[in-house]
Amino acid sequence: MATHHVSTVLPDEPEKATLEGKNKILGFWLFLGGETVLFGSLFATFIALRDQTNGGPTSQQLFDMPLVAAATLILLTSSLTSVFAILALHKHDLKKMQVWMTVTVLLGLCFLALEIYEFVHYVHMGHKMTSGAFGSAFYTLVGFHGAHVLFGIIWIATIQLQTVKKGLTVVTAPKFYLASLYWHFIDVVWVFIFTVVYLMGMIGGKVG
Amino acid sequence: MSAHAHAPKRSGIADWLTTVDHKKIGILYLIAGGFFFLAGGIEALLIRLQLMYPNLSLVGAKTFNELITMHGTTMIFLAAMPVIFALMNAIVPLQIGARDVAFPFVNALGFWLFFFGGVLINTSWFLGGAPDAGWTSYATLALNQYSKGSGVDFYVLGLQIAGLGTLIGGINFLVTIINMRAPGMTFMRMPMFTWSAFVTSGLILFAFPAVTVGLVLLMFDRLFGAAFFNPDMGGNVVIWQHLFWIFGHPEVYILILPAFGIISEVVSTFSRKRLFGYSSMVFATALIGFLGFMVWAHHMFTTGMGPVANTLFGLATMLIAVPTGIKIFNWLLTMWGGQIRFPTANLFAVGFIPTFTIGGMTGVMLSIPAADYQYHDTYFVVAHFHYVIVGGMAFGLFAGLYYWWPKMFGKVLNETLGKWSFWTFFIGFHLTFFPQHFLGLMGMPRRVFTFLPGQNLEFGNFISTIGVFGMTIGTILFLLNAYVTAKSGKRAPADPWDGRTLEWSIPSPPPEYNFAQTPLVRGLDALWVEKMAGNKGMTPAEPLGSIHMPSGSILPFLMSGGLFIAGYGFMYHKYVLVGIGMVIFFSCMMIRSLKDDPGYHIDPVEMDEKGVKA
Repeated sequence: MATHHVSTVLPDEPEKATLEGKNKILGFWLFLGGETVLFGSLFATFIALRDQTNGGPTSQQLFDMPLVAAATLILLTSSLTSVFAILALHKHDLKKMQVWMTVTVLLGLCFLALEIYEFVHYVHMGHKMTSGAFGSAFYTLVGFHGAHVLFGIIWIATIQLQTVKKGLTVVTAPKFYLASLYWHFIDVVWVFIFTVVYLMGMIGGKVG
Repeated sequence: MSAHAHAPKRSGIADWLTTVDHKKIGILYLIAGGFFFLAGGIEALLIRLQLMYPNLSLVGAKTFNELITMHGTTMIFLAAMPVIFALMNAIVPLQIGARDVAFPFVNALGFWLFFFGGVLINTSWFLGGAPDAGWTSYATLALNQYSKGSGVDFYVLGLQIAGLGTLIGGINFLVTIINMRAPGMTFMRMPMFTWSAFVTSGLILFAFPAVTVGLVLLMFDRLFGAAFFNPDMGGNVVIWQHLFWIFGHPEVYILILPAFGIISEVVSTFSRKRLFGYSSMVFATALIGFLGFMVWAHHMFTTGMGPVANTLFGLATMLIAVPTGIKIFNWLLTMWGGQIRFPTANLFAVGFIPTFTIGGMTGVMLSIPAADYQYHDTYFVVAHFHYVIVGGMAFGLFAGLYYWWPKMFGKVLNETLGKWSFWTFFIGFHLTFFPQHFLGLMGMPRRVFTFLPGQNLEFGNFISTIGVFGMTIGTILFLLNAYVTAKSGKRAPADPWDGRTLEWSIPSPPPEYNFAQTPLVRGLDALWVEKMAGNKGMTPAEPLGSIHMPSGSILPFLMSGGLFIAGYGFMYHKYVLVGIGMVIFFSCMMIRSLKDDPGYHIDPVEMDEKGVKA
């Protein structure tokens, strides 16, 4: 509880050193459990509606492997760099941690830029939120993921700025730990989107 | 440390708007939930008056649709759940020997989100009409072409905001119970109410995101022209039903499990016996929680899922009767041979048992798919779920309120008024809902604003409406009781009922830090164990020391207000409002993230001065 007693010697795992830190980590895991249901529901909706194109372009006509593969590669790499950041945190190497977190944020921005490009491209091909059930389901599922990426980028950047001033303490360490958990979660969701939306959408003719 | 040894002094309304004290948040939940309970009650009264005689046109069809929608929505989301949260907030940390909850700030945020969401829905009455697509808001009925105007938009946005509050409240309770228990308070020594709060919070965590998605899809369809539920554009209406009931069925157990927990506490205390079959009660609670997720499609037997799905969901539904039966028999065996007392709290608890059992039995009837085709959308279903939710949960909540009122407010409720309130409510309840079983079997459909003469439906409807007056009188007597008790000068002792669990080991109402010294728990019914050992109170598990408390904050109020403003912006397509609301919300979030709360300390000296000891 006594978060203000920042000891001069940082413990090995500073994110779990206080009850507050432990509470935050447990609470965040539970929150991710809820998020799993949220994305599960969106996936179920998408699977039910993915062939309902209402005369618009089908997924086979839309999706383009090189673009999606690039986005996937970038996001998976950003998960790895956030692991490096947490390894640095455990070694109490603030500078290294900040560098790896910055790389993570930049990769996240690249991913987002590709996604925005992709969405604009699809809209030009006649695939819109309002063009049919497939469009609604696609933009809602992939867009929700994109919004999560955006939130993660802003979140990580904010705590990075804060840490410049406050340094690595038992108060700031849990925030980075949580942000990295969140980032891995976003990545796992993307792996499912890559599989269910893109791979299954590209193979064969009419699926399901 | 002495630099911030004192709590920042806030008083009056500012104190209530900024509080992060779980006991005060409990009282806020009770007041707000109680207010919405009255609103939902008045709606129910109008519904029954409209159905008192055949062919009445007291409120008319349009208003009737709005009334049934708002009655259901209000009672489930804005009355029942908040009052449960009121008791959980006020009691759970005390029962596990915790100084505070895991996330006091998040807890306050949860309350204000619920409050603003509830206010948003209810302003619909004054802003062009309330939602009118039923509390289940089935598509396509809830889409623009059938529900014109903004009624359903209020439903969608208000529930979304309130639902967020419930979700984070649930996470707060889960972490509190897992991480903050006093030394010796193992899971298998936790009081049943805390156990039920734990399982309920787990259900909230996994059920609410499903309705969040459902509401988002409905909002996109209504406001932004998406096509999830529009069959003309390839949409599928059954998706709404699945998402709604994947949330909606666990919701039934989110409501009833805390009532089970309360009944276990009350029956045990007033029988002066430990709860019979404690471990089987824990097992049954967890099992009901699990099965609650496996049965949602029994709401959809007539949707056309086919015989295999119907059979499986029917069987899974029947299974729930097993753990529920275990509970009923354990309560009976707790009373068996006990020294039973009947203050109002126990009257409600004992009244609960047969009433809820009737609701459970009609539930088993409904779980037979072939028979359900007959019962579906008739008053039989209305009778069934009111027996479960009013006869079960409302009775449970009243029992809990009479039982814990002294702990929450430091005053014991008046027993004479309490007994009058129980009997009028109890008799009124059965008069209202028992005839509805027969009305349903005779073919009276639910959700229809009137009925025709000469079909033998007059008598049952008339009796049913008379019964509502009994429940109304019971409710008014309860409010009168709260008022009379507040006015009387008599203070409640720490332990007015000769209680068994930890909350009775500290003063009524508890000081802000709950326990001056964290107690050492040495068995199930921790306080009773000490009483039997001849001790005056709990043995402390730590020396007397300074206690760190979190500071209050206005941010939860402002954040919820921001979403409230953004809600109107979405509804009326005024994106400036959306922008303003979202800027308020995210700036508060950022302030919270950047500014660490140092909290403040309460010194042992100060506690002694006040003469408050654990």
